[in-house]
Amino acid sequence: MSIYDKQGRYETPEAQTLEELQAQQEALAHLEGNNDPSQPYVVNMGPQHPSTHGVFRARLTMNGEKVVACENVCGYLHRGIEKLCEDKTWSQVIPYTDRLDYLSPILNEWGYCMAVEELLGVEVPERGEYVRVILGELQRICHHLVYLASMALDFNGYTAWMYMFREREKIFDILEAYSGSRMNNNALRIGGAPTPLPEGLEAKIIKWLDEFPEAMRDFENVVNGNEIFIARAKDVGIIDAEMCKNYGIYGANLRAAGVKLDLRKDKPYSVYDRFDFEVPVGKQGDSLDRYLVRHEEMAESAKIIRQALEQMPKEGPTMGKVPKMIKVPAGSAYAQIEGGMGWLGYYVVSDGGMKPYRVRIHAPSMMSVFALPDLVAESDMFMQDFVAALASVDIVLGEVDR
Amino acid sequence: MDNLFINIGHWIVNLVMSLGGSETLGIWIMRICCAVGILIFLLINVIILVYLERKISGFIQERLGPNRCGPFGIFQLFMDILKLVSKNTFVPGAADYWIYCLVPIVVFIPTMMIFGIMPLGEGMTVYDSPVGLLYYFAVSALTTLILLMSGWAANNKYNLMGGMRAAAQMISYEIPLIFSIIGIVMMTGSLNLNDIVYNQVDHGWFIWRQPLAFIVFSIAATAEINRNPFDLPEGEQELTAGYQTEYSGMRFAFMYLGEYVALFAMCWLAAVLFLGGWDGPILPGWLWLFIKSYVFVLLNMWVRWTFPRIRVDHMMKFNWKVLIPLAIANMVVTGVVIKAVQFLA
Repeated sequence: MSIYDKQGRYETPEAQTLEELQAQQEALAHLEGNNDPSQPYVVNMGPQHPSTHGVFRARLTMNGEKVVACENVCGYLHRGIEKLCEDKTWSQVIPYTDRLDYLSPILNEWGYCMAVEELLGVEVPERGEYVRVILGELQRICHHLVYLASMALDFNGYTAWMYMFREREKIFDILEAYSGSRMNNNALRIGGAPTPLPEGLEAKIIKWLDEFPEAMRDFENVVNGNEIFIARAKDVGIIDAEMCKNYGIYGANLRAAGVKLDLRKDKPYSVYDRFDFEVPVGKQGDSLDRYLVRHEEMAESAKIIRQALEQMPKEGPTMGKVPKMIKVPAGSAYAQIEGGMGWLGYYVVSDGGMKPYRVRIHAPSMMSVFALPDLVAESDMFMQDFVAALASVDIVLGEVDR
Repeated sequence: MDNLFINIGHWIVNLVMSLGGSETLGIWIMRICCAVGILIFLLINVIILVYLERKISGFIQERLGPNRCGPFGIFQLFMDILKLVSKNTFVPGAADYWIYCLVPIVVFIPTMMIFGIMPLGEGMTVYDSPVGLLYYFAVSALTTLILLMSGWAANNKYNLMGGMRAAAQMISYEIPLIFSIIGIVMMTGSLNLNDIVYNQVDHGWFIWRQPLAFIVFSIAATAEINRNPFDLPEGEQELTAGYQTEYSGMRFAFMYLGEYVALFAMCWLAAVLFLGGWDGPILPGWLWLFIKSYVFVLLNMWVRWTFPRIRVDHMMKFNWKVLIPLAIANMVVTGVVIKAVQFLA
């Protein structure tokens, strides 16, 4: 039977389900005290929506332009990665971690490798650690660039988006020279990094580092100094330190709320204790602060890369002593690193076999997503503010849904 | 060369008369030819505008823009239109069928009607109305209704929000738009667009004599034609595509067309009101007017690809607390100066 009726119209099912009606009634009860004659309505923002960063779905109860309540609907990108990991050998898991936070794959690999190395008791040679730091910080800049770009895009700043993706391309070239692929690099191994930086790559990175401040000035000119941008981002979606604590939000979102807490500084892993860098903090944790903190972090990351290139030993192995067939002794280990969005944790359990018994991923952006309904309930938001807040808490659905 | 189109018009009238028709019949046939000519002119301009928009955004964003289809990618738009034409026409089940289908047809009729009274060059006005400016705003205000129709008829919440935003925004911004022009009307003493241009030819362009009005007009005009930073009714990041969310295929193409024709009409009006119309050396008047309107088009595109979108409450506040007081102040100062000059003379 044709799905078109006589007039050629596509027959859509009834728009309102019982659930939606209930949500409307709840919102109506919420409004009763205000003597507001307007009727709330439900807008399904997502899963196909230009500014939900992938396949996130927010069910917004709206009153005119104002957002009254928000309900998260996650899981559209669920691929069962944690379960899949259980059927792969220890090193086959690494490419799967790439697909979690697909904007910063190397940082994901790093976290997983650290957890397995702890269980194996393998020492990563110094040179390998430096290679990891360089790649990891490049990846962090890469991640922040996408964050800044997509936030600018959600304010309709197409040009800023293009400028930032241009820089990202340059980083991709560097990462490609090392790992052979631009995204989902599979660049690190359990026990270190597979090779030292190839010949000429060091000069390429330094050349890019020299150009980067100018690009940063471009971003500042086109976004940070823009009055419309500031007016829209300021005092919107405030996640203060208390709320961060309640939801377990760490990383740049916490630093934007004014708490100076960075794993690289406060609980240094790898060789981070040898670098001199600042931890930028914001004032009150609104969208603008979250944006600016990440903007400044990029400059700090660039500083770390430069220092790492200077300090990196020119000789020596990059891989620790790891057997060809990895067999991890029974036990469990937890490793966490400062990921692109916050504290990225991996909990791995081994039963002494060739495959992990369990891999549990602590995804930082999941916490940020869960804070959204509260954020909406607490503040008086326009729909545009909601878009700004969603963009600024930095979510990657690959990681939230896993 | 200066009277090229006027001579063509006379030639048509003479042709009809030589074939035995009366002069009135000749003039009417000439007017119909003008209407067809303007329609073709507008469509060609939309092609140029879309191409320019892509190339300029490419230039601003340090990329190439379309460059595959034909030399410099000039045939890209034709391929796009081909794609849109070949799409299935789709009407959402819950839509108000007739209004939904009517909107893409009527969407650029108001802007077409505007060009009936617009001077296209010296002596090149299809119907030289004594109240041309009033007619312009009366007709262009109809666009609001059409956008609201499209928002309501599609029965989609995004459409409805877009339509409501369009109504709120366009009605609000019409006030400073018209108030900013009253200074010009007072100095000219006429609502006729040709009179306004002749006044500028004699006494200097209004961009120098009414600078504040020009600024207010530019901002309000940007809001009036829903261009960034005032493209709230479309609001891609919030409303997916605002009032045109449910339109696809050729219907979408017509909505798009209407938008660009509105942009072109507004830029043409700005060139007539502030940049002295056809006034200029060497080149023929109609070409000057064309170039001047494209100056505004380029300015508008530059703004569009630089600024983010303004928030809905800021948009309203900016209108009522900044633009309207400025426009009224401009009006008062102009009036006082005119009276003072008369008193002294």
